[in-house]
Amino acid sequence: MNRSPGALFAALLAGLMLALPFAALAVEPDEMLADPALEARAQAVSKELRCVVCQNQSIDDSSAPLARDMRLLVRERIAAGDSDAQARTYLVERYGNFVLLKPPFQANTILLWLGPLLILLVAAGGLLVAARSGAVEDGDPEADADNMESL
Amino acid sequence: MKLPRPALIAAAVAPVAVFVVLAIALALGLRNDPAALPSVLIGKPAPAFALGPVREGDVGFSRADIEGRVVLINVFGSWCSACRLEHPMLMELAASGVPIHGIDWKDAPADGAAWLKKYGDPYVRVGNDEIGRLGLDLGVSGAPETFVIDKTGRIRHKQVGPITPEIWRDEIAPLMARLEVGG
Repeated sequence: MNRSPGALFAALLAGLMLALPFAALAVEPDEMLADPALEARAQAVSKELRCVVCQNQSIDDSSAPLARDMRLLVRERIAAGDSDAQARTYLVERYGNFVLLKPPFQANTILLWLGPLLILLVAAGGLLVAARSGAVEDGDPEADADNMESL
Repeated sequence: MKLPRPALIAAAVAPVAVFVVLAIALALGLRNDPAALPSVLIGKPAPAFALGPVREGDVGFSRADIEGRVVLINVFGSWCSACRLEHPMLMELAASGVPIHGIDWKDAPADGAAWLKKYGDPYVRVGNDEIGRLGLDLGVSGAPETFVIDKTGRIRHKQVGPITPEIWRDEIAPLMARLEVGG
């Protein structure tokens, strides 16, 4: 055997990368639905639902027992004919909007959604006022220096 | 061309003002408890359920058992160390006549039964929810959790974590007294 450390490292890296897709999934094989189309929907819904005990993981990512219960519930609802939205609503009715990783657009989240736009508008408005008043347009270093002095 | 003086003052003051407002808002935000989750089920009827028994030869616990009375429903498990901490308080309340029902959550019935035998049994009715299905319907995220249910079967309060003597005295006892007279 005459392997360079580089080759060994490459092999190790390749192995880790191959294992990565499995590490990303907390769903156990025995939880999965037999129908691949339903299972894909269940996984998509699970990715948007928060594991309420781990808080910043989706139930699809989490290995917490409660996340497992929720995954099974999502599958039960979907297998029973619920739409994706109905399956989500079922958990929202019991755990609140907190269970959604993406907050809904509604009265008490309006600042959250539109805040960045608002800040952008205020900044743009400020810039416009400054430009109109001439200092920026002139670009006169002396005027700028005068402005600084008068501050 | 010079900027007019008021505009200059505004330009100097605005960033400081924005900073101060943000700092105050964020400082106030620090006082919020990020783990506190208000239950969305407050005011809603308790879900239908029929749980199998925990105690040997018992009848279990179902929705019909809570109708017409102000009761506590306590979610516990033999695996739950905070429940062990809360347990003496429940024993005390049960001895003073407060009706407490138990949900043995995510626990094998035999383990729950052994736990009650070892430490004492404060529950009027107790049912097993090993699969955690009723837990999901009640929006349970951990144990212990305790629900106050009014005479019409509506959830009126949810206590997350052990009931301490202070929480009992200041929150739950007054609420139950109010519900008892029909509030």
